[in-house]
Amino acid sequence: MSTTVLYPLLGAALFALGVWGLLARKHLIHKVIAANFLGSGVFLVLIGLAGRTAGADPDPVPLAMVLTGIVVTVALTALALALIKRYYSATGLDTLEPAEEAEQ
Amino acid sequence: MRDRERLLAPVPVLVALATLAVVTRAVLSLPRSAEGLYGPVAEAAARAGISNRVTAVLLDFRGYDTLLEIAVLMLATVAVLSLREDPRQLYRRLSERATPVLAALTRILVPLAFVVSVHLVWIGSSQPGGAFQAAAVLGATGILLSLSGYARPQWVGRTAMRSILAVGLLTFIGIAVLAMVAGGALLEYPEGTRKTLMLVIESLLTLSIGASLASLFLSSASGDSERDGR
Repeated sequence: MSTTVLYPLLGAALFALGVWGLLARKHLIHKVIAANFLGSGVFLVLIGLAGRTAGADPDPVPLAMVLTGIVVTVALTALALALIKRYYSATGLDTLEPAEEAEQ
Repeated sequence: MRDRERLLAPVPVLVALATLAVVTRAVLSLPRSAEGLYGPVAEAAARAGISNRVTAVLLDFRGYDTLLEIAVLMLATVAVLSLREDPRQLYRRLSERATPVLAALTRILVPLAFVVSVHLVWIGSSQPGGAFQAAAVLGATGILLSLSGYARPQWVGRTAMRSILAVGLLTFIGIAVLAMVAGGALLEYPEGTRKTLMLVIESLLTLSIGASLASLFLSSASGDSERDGR
């Protein structure tokens, strides 16, 4: 199987794993990691599809989009972590569930 | 409440499997071989005299994306800086002291990393490299300095740090608007000035992005003293 098919398929799997993580995991840090999985999945799809130019260099436009996306992901992750840290120091919680439910 | 939770338990797995099926189907239905925008970009990049096509796309053909992306990064930095527990410190030292080995390594690595960063900006127009890669090296250098106990020098005040954070975005916007004043469209660099303008934008962007990456990390990280509960 060529990388132009393998990478997008792996990307799809990473994306699905991220979707599952965002929905199923309660811990906020887990959700941030899941969002990163989701983003990495999209990048892998784009990188794989950029290589479909038979023999020539890869299509530069998806590569540039991925580069832009990585920076936006960094910004998103940092902001999410800073918010979680403040939320934790204000409430002592690491999930969005009310305290009595989280203990069960 | 418990029943509801048990009923909803399989939902994430089902949604994830459905997503997997849709994305896989979409990927497999695409043609195996596609030129994409390779041809037009290669042609336009050759005309503009920028042989690294990714750089040409980032700063020239799709300059909007990059401009807005820097704006997103700056917004996130401003937000993270405002969320600091101790707003008096713009940059906190993560460690009070470095071991002799780490201190010596830092003194060797930091100048080297700085040279690598300048090199990455300079070759960005013709080879793999560019503002983002250089900024990642620069930001990591800042974090390394902080981890090994070096504080921000006294002469770099808060205003100076904030100016460094802002200069990249402001220059980018300034040049974009000046291009419009000069008779083109927004972000349409006048012919013949392309390479120079892109180098100016890239250099200043490197400083800003590097400073912002370092401050994103340092303003929310916990230092030695905090961890020891002192």
